[in-house]
Amino acid sequence: MKLRKIMSAACVAGAAMLLASGLAQAAEKLVISNWDGYMPKDLPEKFKAETGIEVEVAVHATNEEIMGKVVASKGEGYDVLFVSSPFAEALNKLGIAAKLDHAKIPNLANLYPEAGQLKHDPGNTFSIPYAWGTTGLCYRSDVVKTAPTSWNDLLKPADDLKGKTTMLSTDRWLMAAGELALGMSVNEIDPAKLDQVKALLIETKKTLLAYDDTTFYSKLVSGEASLVQAWDGWCNYGIAEKPEIKYVVPKEGSDLWVDTMVMVEGSKNKDAAYKFLDYILKADTGKWVVENIMYKTPNKAGMDAIDKSMLEKYPNMAIAPADLLKYEQLRDLGDGMKTFSKVVTEITSSK
Amino acid sequence: MRKAYLAFIYVFLYTPIAVLMILSFNKAGMPTAWTGFSTDWYGRLLESPKIIAAAKNSLIVAIISTFIATTIGTLLALGVERRKASASLDALLFTPMIIPDIVLAIALLSFFTMVKFTLGLHSIILAHVVFNIAFVCAVVRARLKSFDWSLTEASYDLGAGALTTFRKITFPLIWPAVVAAALLAFTLSIDEFIIAYFTAGAGQGSTTLPMQIYAMIRFGVTPEINAMATIILLVSFILVLTAQRFNRGSVPGT
Amino acid sequence: MLPGLVWLGVLMVVPCAIILVTAFYERGTYGGVDWSVFTFANFTRAGEWLYLSIFLDSARIAGLAAFFALLIGYPAAYAIARSAPRHQTALLFMAMLPFWTNYLIRTYAWIVLLNPTGLANNFLQWLGLTSAPLPLLYNEFAVILGLVYNYVPFVILAIYSALQRLDPSYAEASRDLGAGALTTFWRITLPLTAPGVAAGAVFVFVLSIGNFITPDLLGGGKLQMVGNLIYDQFLTARDWPFGSALSVFLIAVMLLLLFAQAIAANRARGEGRGHA
Repeated sequence: MKLRKIMSAACVAGAAMLLASGLAQAAEKLVISNWDGYMPKDLPEKFKAETGIEVEVAVHATNEEIMGKVVASKGEGYDVLFVSSPFAEALNKLGIAAKLDHAKIPNLANLYPEAGQLKHDPGNTFSIPYAWGTTGLCYRSDVVKTAPTSWNDLLKPADDLKGKTTMLSTDRWLMAAGELALGMSVNEIDPAKLDQVKALLIETKKTLLAYDDTTFYSKLVSGEASLVQAWDGWCNYGIAEKPEIKYVVPKEGSDLWVDTMVMVEGSKNKDAAYKFLDYILKADTGKWVVENIMYKTPNKAGMDAIDKSMLEKYPNMAIAPADLLKYEQLRDLGDGMKTFSKVVTEITSSK
Repeated sequence: MRKAYLAFIYVFLYTPIAVLMILSFNKAGMPTAWTGFSTDWYGRLLESPKIIAAAKNSLIVAIISTFIATTIGTLLALGVERRKASASLDALLFTPMIIPDIVLAIALLSFFTMVKFTLGLHSIILAHVVFNIAFVCAVVRARLKSFDWSLTEASYDLGAGALTTFRKITFPLIWPAVVAAALLAFTLSIDEFIIAYFTAGAGQGSTTLPMQIYAMIRFGVTPEINAMATIILLVSFILVLTAQRFNRGSVPGT
Repeated sequence: MLPGLVWLGVLMVVPCAIILVTAFYERGTYGGVDWSVFTFANFTRAGEWLYLSIFLDSARIAGLAAFFALLIGYPAAYAIARSAPRHQTALLFMAMLPFWTNYLIRTYAWIVLLNPTGLANNFLQWLGLTSAPLPLLYNEFAVILGLVYNYVPFVILAIYSALQRLDPSYAEASRDLGAGALTTFWRITLPLTAPGVAAGAVFVFVLSIGNFITPDLLGGGKLQMVGNLIYDQFLTARDWPFGSALSVFLIAVMLLLLFAQAIAANRARGEGRGHA
């Protein structure tokens, strides 16, 4: 009897799931996808109190994951996505990002004028910047004898730093370090030039402790590493624990990374999504981002509202928007991605 | 000798767990560097309904998918082992194990989108059952290789039906393998991330604990997670010990 | 049998057929699939030495992981199966419990243990075995250790379930006939538990070869394995057709190996019977 019971229970469970799936569609609410902890915890509650619209927050670990999911599912179920600018650009090209009606987002006025001049989307036609910054060198000033000034200080490290350095493992930033050191564009796709970068980075690999884009600041704090390639905001997490940690943008420059918000073209709640975008552009959110995430934000009202002691403790917060705009943004590589990804594989598989 | 070896293996298995528990008392949110003692993270965990809800979702997915996969996988193993070896059947049962998670994840999401199947916690369960069937089947088949089928034949000869034979003969003989298979399925499911992420519905309602933890990477996987893991382990530990007490002397099939 | 076959048929065979088809098309300029170009290029590219060498390297690492997992897992399974019956289930549970925690934080714990100033190095130096910290992290050793650690419980489960019903009288008979403990193990116990050993080895091998977190974190991203390669092609390069071709290649090779192993095992069994 037991067996029959188990079997029928399994069948009932299966049927119930199928039924539930058909019914689940009914409720109307806004679904956004973001990195966990990238906006104030109580934001959905406050937003609901003000507008009556319920917001559900889905989380993604990386740009790549949400991108894969949205491409395979055509964005089904999502209304607003937080992604970095090259991904926003691709979403637009794939027809998944919606064209934005600025009349419905009055708080766009809170942004710096520079926020509307970003190369991936001049005029914010499909994306709104949420945070931005640079990629540079983060180091222990008490261990590294001469303060680093160039990408070559990382790529061709002094003998005492060998085995004490890390580079970002995400392909685009890994390559950007080499490209900047060699004076190239961070969006280079010419195979001959990429080969030069490859030769340099294969040599660098032999001197690295690791490729790391999640715990490098922790490695600096523990002393495992002395000099790492880092996003400025993440270097600040290290500085918060150990004031001897410092950040510098190398003389060859940096990329300008921008995290953006994109509305999904297939969204069935566009008006609610506009209200959400407008709400998040309030000064409060920008201020929260700076004070809690330690990133810079293109939200001028937010930057103006922060406690100015932050700028002293974390000098990279004070980089002016006009200076940020001098750096080149990472762009979607289009068909060049094939060559690019092969070069990256050649580097990561080299011995 | 036997006890010494067991002690060694459990020390190996639990040393990183001890570190993980110690890190749950780490002051700063550093995943790998010790910065001082604090019990704050346990307090923060209580204030993180998202993490607790995600842990609950993970448990639901793991329990239901283990139950379904163990039932279906065991029956499948019995069916496969009783008949002549078939290469295509073996291939079908082996592929879910070898196929990279990301491929099954994207394949399933493309398929669900194509047939307009609404995603949610239930679609994660459907997906987890796919690879778990294969693992359950492999464990049970390993046991059945040394199974004496004449016992079931004798049972049939004596007039017992298929169900009685399974209940009275087959199951008592293979149950340790079924338990082992269920344990394996549960362990695989509760910690699975990629397939869950892609087959989950949009929103907090189908976020599992691994999805939540990986999403925290960018702004620091804080010791809250270690606190959560510590609590899960201690609770499971107590459950196992209690079950052990109640089960004393009543273990079937030995 | 039917529910299992239907489940796998609908939720594995059909979706995977979709993926298989994409392997014959071009990557779209911005990701996704360009259905207008039919091509075999993805397969020829998968055959390039760059990718073949990654396959071989991964197979070697996964093979080593499987070997060491069997080496330490077999005696553990044996010890559990020989424990008092009422303890066995609890012992199995205890072996699996650590793995109900998250992979990522378990891996972070290993980083804490293995780093130059970590516990492992301090312990070795305290014992006087080493004078300077050993490089235990961000290399092949760390990757294999991580894989063995995470998958050894699966070996224990598989072997335990094969061992558990092993009739001790076989071993006793062997010993009565004057065979030593080693001979008994080698000639009686091991062959009888071969299906469990095979299942355990397959688990570790396939799970290792598809793993991408351990090479990234414990290997410091310096080791490229098939798992990472395929993951990166699907998500980072957004080249689904090429990722599909690599996966098809991987699955085909693994199935061939499996059949070769099955044929060899059958032949060996046949010969064994002939002698008896």
